[in-house]
Amino acid sequence: MSLTARDLSLFAAMGAVLAMVAMFQSPQLAVTILNMSLISAVMALGVNMQWGYAGLFNVGVMGFTAVGGLAVVLIAQPPVPEAWAAGGLGILLGLMLGVATILAAVIVYKRMAPGTLRGIALFAVLLGGYLLTSLVFGPAKQAVQAVNPASEGYLGGAGLPVILAWPVGAVFAAGVAWLVGKVSLGLRSDYLAIATLGISEIVIAVLKHERWLARGVNNVTGIERPVARPIELQPVPWVQSLAETLGWSVSQTASVVSGLGYSTLFIIVLGLLIWLAERALNSPWGRMMRAIRDNEVSARAMGKDVTRRHLMIFVLGSAVCGLAGAMMVSMDGQLTPGSYEPLRFTFLIWVMVIVGGSGNNWGAVLGAFVIWFLWVQVEPAGRWFMEIVTSGMADGSDLKQHLLASAAYMRLLTMGVALLLMLRFAPRGLIPER
Amino acid sequence: MEPLNALVSLANFMLIPAFAYGSQLALGALGITLIYSILRFAHFAHGDTMALGTAAVIGGTFFLQARGISIDPLPTAILALPFGIVVMAGYLLAADRLVYRYYRKVKAKPMIFVMASLGVMFVTNGITRLFMGVGETRFEDGQRFIFTVRDFREATGLAEGLALRNAQALTIVTALIVMVVLFWFLNRTRSGKSMRAYSDNEDLALLSGINPERVVMITWVITAILLVLAGTLYGLDKGFRPFNYFQLLLPMFAAAILGGLGSPIGAIVGAYVVAFAEMGITYAWRRVFTYLMPEGLEPESMMQLLPVDYKFAVTFAILVIVLLFRPTGIFKGKVL
Repeated sequence: MSLTARDLSLFAAMGAVLAMVAMFQSPQLAVTILNMSLISAVMALGVNMQWGYAGLFNVGVMGFTAVGGLAVVLIAQPPVPEAWAAGGLGILLGLMLGVATILAAVIVYKRMAPGTLRGIALFAVLLGGYLLTSLVFGPAKQAVQAVNPASEGYLGGAGLPVILAWPVGAVFAAGVAWLVGKVSLGLRSDYLAIATLGISEIVIAVLKHERWLARGVNNVTGIERPVARPIELQPVPWVQSLAETLGWSVSQTASVVSGLGYSTLFIIVLGLLIWLAERALNSPWGRMMRAIRDNEVSARAMGKDVTRRHLMIFVLGSAVCGLAGAMMVSMDGQLTPGSYEPLRFTFLIWVMVIVGGSGNNWGAVLGAFVIWFLWVQVEPAGRWFMEIVTSGMADGSDLKQHLLASAAYMRLLTMGVALLLMLRFAPRGLIPER
Repeated sequence: MEPLNALVSLANFMLIPAFAYGSQLALGALGITLIYSILRFAHFAHGDTMALGTAAVIGGTFFLQARGISIDPLPTAILALPFGIVVMAGYLLAADRLVYRYYRKVKAKPMIFVMASLGVMFVTNGITRLFMGVGETRFEDGQRFIFTVRDFREATGLAEGLALRNAQALTIVTALIVMVVLFWFLNRTRSGKSMRAYSDNEDLALLSGINPERVVMITWVITAILLVLAGTLYGLDKGFRPFNYFQLLLPMFAAAILGGLGSPIGAIVGAYVVAFAEMGITYAWRRVFTYLMPEGLEPESMMQLLPVDYKFAVTFAILVIVLLFRPTGIFKGKVL
């Protein structure tokens, strides 16, 4: 399932548009768009696995990317010894007690005969477990958060190289996905959608409010980066000579070089993923997945365990989203739970997949590039449009102010219209499934 | 031991707010369940259309306020409700005409409908923010309280006070009236019966001469009424912020699923269960227990099971429990 000439020309056109951004706007902007597009492409690949191969509707992409981002903090940040001394053990013990409570409840539920007695036992186990957990966990959490709250107040990470966080982020997301999928797959198809919507809100709530974990809304900043920062590149001789040849300032050159460093890493990851995904899609496994998507009943009649396969692909796709989340946090060098918005991190990715062509990996990638480009560029275009609309109005009039201020929301509208138009008139997307 | 004070404190901080919140959720969940049983898809644009409907009501309210029209002690928004409903019904019917009707005609899979409703959600979200921005807008006016904490204390001589806000009372009364009218409509009128028939068995309904497009139209109009009422009451109670309306999607869906998707009575019961669970689990019970326990045994902690920030976790837990143990909901779903 290779690319046709038409697909290649679409990609080439996208490249040309980015080159034009580099020429007419600024090279830094072009690199920023490129990098975010690559990350979005990885997310879109994950969603495409779930939707395109298996028809699973995941509206919790935001949650899985955020979990992946958390991995970066937990892996790359240096540990905070004072915090560990103050309450590290208590927190670990508390978490273990919490898990033990749930396991005990499950055992009680499974082993005891149904009836009032089981209900009472279940309630007792849950209540006792809850009280014990909060007794251990609460004080430990307070103690950790009290350690140097202005800059730390959390346990820190493992102090390992940041690249390690990428696979770990994928594993984290896979774990969460397994839990959600186990509960909601095998039921009506919309239930998965609602369950994922819920889990993503909860993941963000946990990230925002559990300060011992990753400082909550205080954000973790200055995370170690896999690529040298622009400021470190500026004194490097070859960067300076490059700046001279190009006729750019040194700081501009350094940030472009640093950005391209990320691009290289991301392209390697994306390339690897696409290679794997294409191999999988064209293997017996891929054909089975598509058979299940197209006709669950007959796949089941052929002896395929549909629910298990769904769970598998759901976990895989979410892992890819987690990987993308980790990549994004390590590029930004910070984890900011407050910035995770469902419209941006879940629904925009969906627009990418639909516009690009669901079921086709290359389509998802192209969709990511096109939509991210529009997302970035529609805002200035919207402002420009509003300025024209309002040019006839008196300066300082309320309506004019209001319209100018709301130009930012034009892009939500544009994305919605793009999604609806594609769904209606070209439901197979820019690069259709073959 | 002062059980009366305990009860009053509980009512003031938990029961009344939860009852009001539950009523708002119920109106929203009813819409979700109606759309599910007639159009057969999960309407993801519900929260955002609710926001847009409320925005229309707010616009009407400001218009009336600017002309000095009010119905003190009731909030002016009540007068603007019909305007909001007309706008919303027009909007939903337009959305149906432009978006959903095509997929009905080609008999698309339910997931495609959901995807289309996602597109509508984006557009609606953009329009709402274009008009209202993202900040909070308060539009409650008129008398704020039916009786205040102080009134109550003076009247009863209890240590604890009880306040009833205008918006809360209004919510509860409106919700009850709407539910009664809705059930009367579904069970007694010709249109309502044709809706139930269509939901129960589409082919048989078509055979007996029910016009499906008319049923769909009525459904959208009813949804518009429910949405605007729910959104306006929620906004009067808690202030209007577009994002909060999006976030209502989860509790509304949880309520509809808990009750059994497609069952109106289930949606109402589910909404109250979700509301009371959310409030009960994130409520600090210390005050109540201080009154209930014998002297010397008063609790020292806040007695709060979960911080308020995790109220979505409560909703989610309910959803998980339903999905695990009774996926069809309390009232077996898919019967209108």
